[in-house]
Amino acid sequence: MRYGMAIDTKKCVGCSDCVVACQTENDVPLGYCRDWVTETVAGTYPNVELELRTERCNHCDNPPCVRCCPTGASHVIQGGIVLVTHNECIGCGACIQSCPYDARFSHPNGYVDKCTFCAHLVEKGGQPACVAVCPTKCMFFGDLDDPDSDVSAALKNRRYKALAPEAGTKPQIYYLL
Amino acid sequence: MKEELIISGRMNPGIDPYLTLWHWPIPLYLFLGGLAAGILFFTALYTILGKEKSMPTAVKWSSFLVPGILTIGLLALFYDLKHQMYFWRLYTTIRFESPMSWGAWVLMLITPLSFLWAGSYLREAIPSWKWKFRFIETVESWVIKNRKPMAWAMIMLSVILGIYTGILLSAFNARPLWNTSILGPLFLVSGLSTGAATIMWMSRDHKERRIMSKIDLLLIGIELFLIVHLIMGFLAGPAVQIEAANLFLGGQFTVSFWVFVIILGLLFPALLEILELSGRKVPVAIPAILILFGGFIFRFIMVEAGQITRYLY
Repeated sequence: MRYGMAIDTKKCVGCSDCVVACQTENDVPLGYCRDWVTETVAGTYPNVELELRTERCNHCDNPPCVRCCPTGASHVIQGGIVLVTHNECIGCGACIQSCPYDARFSHPNGYVDKCTFCAHLVEKGGQPACVAVCPTKCMFFGDLDDPDSDVSAALKNRRYKALAPEAGTKPQIYYLL
Repeated sequence: MKEELIISGRMNPGIDPYLTLWHWPIPLYLFLGGLAAGILFFTALYTILGKEKSMPTAVKWSSFLVPGILTIGLLALFYDLKHQMYFWRLYTTIRFESPMSWGAWVLMLITPLSFLWAGSYLREAIPSWKWKFRFIETVESWVIKNRKPMAWAMIMLSVILGIYTGILLSAFNARPLWNTSILGPLFLVSGLSTGAATIMWMSRDHKERRIMSKIDLLLIGIELFLIVHLIMGFLAGPAVQIEAANLFLGGQFTVSFWVFVIILGLLFPALLEILELSGRKVPVAIPAILILFGGFIFRFIMVEAGQITRYLY
């Protein structure tokens, strides 16, 4: 089993509903966020192209944050979800430095916090809050190893990319082009 | 043209607009760790070579500084932790893939060793000194008997400590400026150089001072060579590393790097040491202070600049 996400950049309108849903579902402290929306404008007028992406932890297959953690607080659970055990984290910040996506932050309580793919919902068969709430249904979540899952179906007939694959972390969030 | 921005307003403190998570405690620790490693390396080296008589500062007196240096360094590290009351979690596990775990364990071994070493020479420094408890005297005589094997342990641990201060940074592939394997040897050599400068500064013996001065010159040469290779490696690397090198070649760290690290921290003290070795009178404190200052600024710049370099946006 390998959880992953596909995000349709042609459908995303950048409403930030996913960001608010995450903050509400996960009690993210005020002024912080575990996911965010990025806008890329490429080209010169009149030939410009706009891309909207909702971004978060890529739950990498080769997670540098897990490798560099001195206590084992950063760890991988079934399905490849990367989590932080709060009472094992010393708040040294090594994992924050190691993440090419800057997806982690230091929680006001001291430990390091990040997107969990809403593991507490996913393990009961649900979907991450950001995916469930998306008004344009541009996000697909599921098991990449299962050819019938939402995410596999979304990736089947489309071109897609991952962010900064050259950083070597094998990110597991794919952007449909 | 390509423009990327976060429109949902990600403003995580310490992360945005660019990473500023690690401040002065980290470079201070990296400097003090390297300095302690440098001093202990020469302490152990001249003990193994049996030169207690001719190199008294290297073997005995400089080692009195090390427990203090390591303690300040450890306090700086502890101060920097955001979840401090859980620091003991470092010692409930050993993680071979994590440089920080290596560092925590090496410090756990080398810090008590440095206290034992300095303590065993205390009665030589202060002849009237008396230990309050009998068992300390037992420990002292055991240490005095086993100095050679302790020196072997110390020389290995000091090299690991010195290299680890660089590998700590170089293991982060997300920060292109740090992500180069040359940083380990470079920080080790820089640490040895600051250690040699400290011994040279403390020494009252003309011969010992000359030896340390010559060693320091050699180390400065190696350091300059490694810095040239660091920049060459970046310029021959991927776009993100070319960008990283440009921070020092016209970018915002150009002046601080070339003036404080290269000229004042390496070239000028090297020149002063050459003048002194050729017989001119130069107060030894000046090159020593410059080398120590340059070593600290170097780590400070590397930590600050490294956090700016990135893959995205």
